Amino acid sequence: MITHPRTEELVRAVAMWIDEIRPGLDPRNAFLARVAANALATVGRELTDGPAAEADATAAMTALLGHPGAFAQLNAELCAHIREGEMTVETPGLLAVLKGMARNQLAIDQPSYKPEET
Amino acid sequence: MEADVGAGLERLAVRLGGAGARLTEAQRLSGGASMETWAFGFEGEGGAESLILRRRSAPFDPETARSVSLATEAALIRATGASGAPVPPVRHICDDADGLGEAYVMGRVSGETLGKKIVGDPRFDAVRGRLARQCGAVLVPIHATPPPEGLNLKISDALGELDRYEEVYRASGAERPILELAFQYLRRNLPPPVTPTLLHGDFRNGNIMFDPQIGVAAVLDWELAHIGDPAEDMGWICTNSWRFGRPDRPVGGFGDYADLLAGYHEAGGRPIELSRVRFWQMLGSLRWGVMCLTMYLSWSSGMTTSVERPMIGRRVSETEADLIVLLEQSL
Repeated sequence: MITHPRTEELVRAVAMWIDEIRPGLDPRNAFLARVAANALATVGRELTDGPAAEADATAAMTALLGHPGAFAQLNAELCAHIREGEMTVETPGLLAVLKGMARNQLAIDQPSYKPEET
Repeated sequence: MEADVGAGLERLAVRLGGAGARLTEAQRLSGGASMETWAFGFEGEGGAESLILRRRSAPFDPETARSVSLATEAALIRATGASGAPVPPVRHICDDADGLGEAYVMGRVSGETLGKKIVGDPRFDAVRGRLARQCGAVLVPIHATPPPEGLNLKISDALGELDRYEEVYRASGAERPILELAFQYLRRNLPPPVTPTLLHGDFRNGNIMFDPQIGVAAVLDWELAHIGDPAEDMGWICTNSWRFGRPDRPVGGFGDYADLLAGYHEAGGRPIELSRVRFWQMLGSLRWGVMCLTMYLSWSSGMTTSVERPMIGRRVSETEADLIVLLEQSL
């Protein structure tokens, strides 16, 4: 809502400060500071890209399950269908929906990770 | 904590090097939340020695709840070493007199353990093509080692592993459709039973010391050793989370399946089918996904406070991205 500064800018500012003080830290804390800066980068990506990713996932699960719903509700329903064996790797469209969701989440959590190649 | 270890190393120098031995080096190398590694050296009557101390710094941690005691780890290193596996020499198993808690001392082996370096550093260019075959070969003496008596190592097969990880996943309360699908798929595609053998249990790029000239120098980190399907050790080193950015090289980010399997067979191992390794590789991604959840839970429950733990929790999605491709390939 507020644009001066935006939330993701505050997050970036804290991450930049952590990077500034990192060289003066002992090895263990320097490592943890890097992890902390990475955590803030993830938060920043989620703020920017998370809403669209969740909307995509909700739309894809709505199509797959044949009815609308909130993300958490559809996700829980999908898990239950798979757990009960009502949906399997052979269910048309299932793998494609899950792959899209996984790729979007990976882009937020760890954009540099190179997954198994198809 | 560090002051205690320093004093303990002074005592160890005297115990191992004789009266008058003097500590010349003591440096903490790495450490997770529950395990510490120290490099130390001393000069004694018999000359100078450079050693490694491995000690448990926390009594219990979900990350290592399944791990064997360090005394057991040392016994396994000695036993597999006697069978011909490349392992560091165990110099001393600590007791109460050392005041270091659960710990043992081993000789230093030079080389590199950082997976990213093995995969990408030009120093390893010449040897990299041989590593997968060597990894296959070193598993043979490990799998052929009769488990030393009295260690009570856990025995587990594929179904047992799936049950264990699914129980942890269910208890976490997480709802991740890809993990659900992987559990169901693997349960329906269990490999035929096999004679169980001793397993390293954490055989992956990162737990193996590599030398730029000779290749595999030592197999380290035995805390997850157990008894099970020999293909489990092969599948784990092929799990993409341990390929360090080189998914195109399935074995540890440095080699191919065929070399791993050939190395095992050539060294006298009973031939293992690729499909069996691929089963354990998929189970490996699932296992790492559940382990990442466990790490997060150790933080959310208040058991640990390190920021590293919840961040590892965000690595579940890497295993989902891998699992979905493996599931597609299974069709």
